[in-house]
Formats: sequence, C-alpha cells, structure tokens
Amino acid sequence: MKVEYLTGNYAIAEGAMTAGLKFYAGYPITPSSEIFEYLAKELPKVGGIVVQFEDEIASINAIIGASWAGVKAMTATSGPGFSLMLEGLSLAIMIETPLVIAYVMRTGPSTGIATKSGQYDVMQVRWGAHGNYEIVAYAPWSVQEAYDLTIKSFNVSELLRIPVILLSDATLVHLWERVVMKGPGEVVIVDRKKPKVPKDMYKPYEPDEDLVPPMACFGEGYRVLVESLTHDERGYYKTTNEVQRKLVWRLVNKVRKNKHLVVDSASYFVDDAEYVIVAYGTTARSVYALVKELRSKGVRIGLFRPKSLWPIDDDALVKACSKAKKVFVVENNVGVYVNEVCRFLKNKDVISIPVIDLDIPSPEDILNVMREWL
Amino acid sequence: MSHPLDRYLRTDRLPHIWCPGCGIGIVVSAMLRAIDKHISEGHFSHDDVAVVSGIGCAARATLYLNFDSAHVIHGRAIPFAIGLKLVKPRLKVIVIGGDGDIAAIGGNHLLHAARRNVDLTVIMVNNMIYGMTGGQVAPTTPPTIYTTTTPYGNYEYPINVIKLLSALNTNYVARASITHPHLIERYIYKALSIEGLAFIEVLSTCPEVFGRHLGFKNAVEFFNKLKEMVRPYEKPPIERSDIVWGNEIVIGEYVINNREGFVRSVYKSLNKWCKG
Ligand SMILES: Cc1ncc(C[n+]2csc(CCOP(=O)(O)OP(=O)(O)O)c2C)c(N)n1
Ligand code: SF4
Repeated sequence: MKVEYLTGNYAIAEGAMTAGLKFYAGYPITPSSEIFEYLAKELPKVGGIVVQFEDEIASINAIIGASWAGVKAMTATSGPGFSLMLEGLSLAIMIETPLVIAYVMRTGPSTGIATKSGQYDVMQVRWGAHGNYEIVAYAPWSVQEAYDLTIKSFNVSELLRIPVILLSDATLVHLWERVVMKGPGEVVIVDRKKPKVPKDMYKPYEPDEDLVPPMACFGEGYRVLVESLTHDERGYYKTTNEVQRKLVWRLVNKVRKNKHLVVDSASYFVDDAEYVIVAYGTTARSVYALVKELRSKGVRIGLFRPKSLWPIDDDALVKACSKAKKVFVVENNVGVYVNEVCRFLKNKDVISIPVIDLDIPSPEDILNVMREWL
Repeated sequence: MSHPLDRYLRTDRLPHIWCPGCGIGIVVSAMLRAIDKHISEGHFSHDDVAVVSGIGCAARATLYLNFDSAHVIHGRAIPFAIGLKLVKPRLKVIVIGGDGDIAAIGGNHLLHAARRNVDLTVIMVNNMIYGMTGGQVAPTTPPTIYTTTTPYGNYEYPINVIKLLSALNTNYVARASITHPHLIERYIYKALSIEGLAFIEVLSTCPEVFGRHLGFKNAVEFFNKLKEMVRPYEKPPIERSDIVWGNEIVIGEYVINNREGFVRSVYKSLNKWCKG
C-alpha cells in the first residue's frame, strides 16, 4: 500500500498498471493526454509497451490486436476520439475482446471547449456503436475512485471478455487528491479464463455456464479464429436466424446474467429520504455538499450515486428511492440519463435537473433549479 | 485425397466463396507455398504464423486458413496486426486484403506502417475494383473505365502504392501478378524473411464484376489480357511502376532496404529507458 497525491488522469494510469496493463495505444486528445504521457514514462518499467498511432481508429484496433496477443490493453480518449473508435468498439464486442477505454468527457458537440468539462456523452457510451449489445461503463467521482474503478474496469473486462469504459470528465482528471494505491496481493486482479480442453477440441466462441468462452490467444497453438462476421461457436460465418439469435442473445446475456458482478453504486442519507437526488461523476460531489447542507436544515433528502452507469444498479436505486416523494436527476448536460432512471422508477415523480457548467454545477445553481419542486 | 498444403487450410470450410476464375485463389495458394517452404526449412513453425485481414473478397482468405487468424473490419487489419506483432514479436504476421481495404479505407494505416517500418508482410490483392460490394470504383481503377459508381467512366487518377511506399523507405516493395504465380511465391517467401515492412502488390482479376465492366466474355480472356500486359523485370526502377491499362505493366522487386524494423526499435528504446 502506498499513499500519493495524484490527478484523476494519473490515478487512472496507476490503476491500469495495478490491474496489469501491458499495452497502451492512443492518439493525443485533451483532456485525456496525461494518461498517455504518464504511461509512456511508467509502463515500460513494468514490461509494457506504449505507442502513439496515427488516429483513434488505429489505436482501438491496435489494442484489440494486443489483447488477442494475450495482454491487458487500453486506450484513453475524449468525445471526438471516441466517435472514431465506435466501429472498433463494436468489433471488440463481437469478437469478445477484453480491453478498457478511459473516456474523459469534455464539452461538445464537435470540438466544443477541449479543456472544459461536462457529462454530455453518457448516452453515446451506451448506444454509440452499431448492433445490439450491453455496455459496461463506470463513472468515478473522486481521484481515489478513478483509481479503484479503473482496476474494476479491467477486472470486469477480463471476466466477461468485453470492452469496458471508464467514464470521467475534464474536472476529475485535473483534480489533485490523495489516493491509496494497492500493492500486489492487496487487491483482487482478474485474468481472462484460458481453455481447459485439448487444442484440437477448442472452439473460440463456446461459452461456459457463465456464457463467457475461455480465451485462447494468438501464438498459443490453438489456431484461433477471430471473426467479425456472425459466427457459430467455432467462429464460422453463418447466415441463419438460429446462429444470429444465439450469438446476439449470448453477447447481451453474458452481461445481464452477470450483472451482480458488474453493478456498483453508493447511497447517502436515503433511509428516511422524502427527496432523493440521483447524480453521478463529478456532479455528485456538488450534490453531496448540497444534500448535507439541506439535511442540516432539516430537509429529509438523500443521494443515490450510480458508480456503474451502464448497467445501473437498479435494485439499489429502487431501494434508495423507496420512501421518496420526488426523485431529482442532476446532470451536467441537457438531461439525458434521467430516462434511464425513469425506467426503474415508473410510479415515482422523477424530475430532470440539467445544469450545464464548464466545471461542476455548483450546489447553489443546482438548488436554484430544484427549488420550485421542494 | 488430401493435398500437401491442406494442413494450412480449414478444409471443413471449403468450398470457398470466390467466383469461378477469380484470381484470389492463386494468391492464397502461392502464399501457402511460400509459408510451407519456410516451415519445411525450419525457419519458423506452423504455430508462429498469424494472418490478419479486413473486409472484402481478398480479405475472406483468413476464413479458410488454418493459422491463428483474424477477420476484422474494413481497412483496419494493419493496426490490429501491429498490436499483435508488438506484443508477440515471435509471430510472423501476414496481412492480406484488397486494394480498397488496404489502400483506400486503410490507406492511412498503410502509410504509417511503412513510415514506421513495422515488421509485417502486407499482401494487397489489386483487382482494381471493389469486388465484394459489386463493382464500385477503387482508388486503383484505371481512368475512364465504367464502374457502378462512375457510370460515365472513372474520372479519377489511380494511386500507385509502389511509388508511395518507396517514398517512405519501406524495406521491401514488390509487385507480382496472378499471371506469374511462381513470382508471387518467391516475393512472399522473401518478404517473410525480411525485417520491417514487406509489401507485395499482386495484380489480380475479378472476372465476375470487373471482367464484366471491361467487357471480357470470361475469366480466361481477362487472364490472358492481363498476362499480355504484365512483364517481370529484375529490380525495375520505380519510374516504371505506374500502371496504364493497355500498356506494359512492370512487375518485380522495386525496393529492398535494410532499415531497422519497428519492433526492434521499440524494444531497444524502451529497454534503454528502463535502464535509466
Ligand atoms: C466501414 C465499412 N465501409 C464499407 C464497407 C463495405 N465494404 C465491404 S468490402 C468493401 C470493398 C471491397 O473492395 P476491396 O477491398 O478492393 O476488396 P475486394 O472485394 O475487391 O477483394 C466495402 C466498401 C464495410 N464493410 N465497412
Ligand atoms: S467478386 Fe470478383 S474478386 Fe470477388 S470473388 Fe468474385 S471474382 Fe473474385
């Protein structure tokens, strides 16, 4: 164990190294570049490789290739770069490739204000790529949590053979905070399952009971077949309803059925709460301050904070809001994640509180928008 | 009865999807003979070979190859292959694809792979058309020719990838043709022993789509026309590399350099960095 002061970006880089990262490919983009620069210095010292590619398309495809060579791989980017990565993300989902994308949100649309913060892209992360799939994305609210959830992102990606997104923002990655870092043996590290059958019996997409196929990699003698086309368990291209249904449902269900291993959330002051605010990432920091202040004035208000945005910890959400008369969803955008919250709180009064702020919405601004409903 | 090269094929997947008379099969079999020669000479083993391809008719080769193989997305075989190669330098990584896959949508990756001299063997099957999607113009299509997206005739000037890569000091740049299969084999064999990027363009025929555009009655007529134009030379000068349909098309080993490969330079500088 080691305690250090780090920025969010450095904590993500350190978390990745704790998780066993060995290959980083990227293309510089504010506000994520310090992850790249930090790893360029540090990753070689633990036997890893860092390469700058010609664009984000190359970067994501290179980490997919590296992951199939048998190592943990990641990239980091922001909105414009993630848009370019979407075809590769869809590929990673289809061919069941563990990898992590650290997505640092900045303002948009388009180039926006590169150095400034926002939470505009939470739906892009969920729905941006083509085809049907479940996505896993974590949203840390502190530098410590950036470190911890980066480790969790790698673990879940290896466990389920999926790409996982660590979704932060410009504010968090430039914040300096104290971080407790874990040494070897102090934190659980998950590695992908390897095949147990003889090489000539191995089928690259034949799942175990958990719906996840063991993963043989290149150069291990299994003659693996990576296939972006719709494929059967051997990886053979098939054009039948039967194979399409089986594949798509398994890709979706391997996340849904293992949801308990993925979801994460925190609830504060919710036991008797008449009002509950749902907030995630850096916005939740201001909301937390506001909730504490209102509590001190006798308002029965609480906070539910999803750490996994996708999928949301719906059981915990429902529980946190069980006594609430009103639920507010505070976001640093025009109000988008509120729809996901509504899905699970059908009979509740759910109110969207969108507060656009280039840094973090302040508790005062949030209260000003909320006041008319309190 | 089995063929000696069958061990390199997923024979249970045959027959393949290529049209009768398509040139791609000639490229793939020449590639397998080149690989087999290396393996039988003990230079590397069957399990040291990896093949990566994007999307297109030529890229479909990976479906049938009994190596570690990846059939990924259109244009992105090279970056996938680079990630693979950097992590497992022992592997002989081959990228195979069409001219659209490698020189159009994947063109930027090719250019930077050449600049970096990445240790890959890249085989571009140039049929001068988009075969898989039904005959649209490619960056290699000769001027004035009818395609489905240039019904008035191609108004563009084709890319000469040989010239492009020679300007980037690529270690090995050759052009072959399906009309001369022994040369495809010889160049791929050479490419597989070279450090850095080895690029081989193989002129091919697409009788089904491009053949119709050009007005050939059958695959043989198309093949014979190509054979009539193609002429091999020993170390031809780069100035001879432009392709003008109807004129002599020069094939041969255009460039042989000895620059340090990407894998060696990456590992060297990272090791130095770690030692302080
Ligand atoms: C991103 C993307 N754009 C377009 C396509 C459709 N597409 C598939 S193959 C292809 C071109 C095929 O031409 P080429 O690469 O020359 O290979 P050939 O089929 O002639 O061997 C295209 C445009 C695709 N699969 N992905
Ligand atoms: S469409 Fe053309 S390139 Fe594709 S398989 Fe048929 S003949 Fe070959």
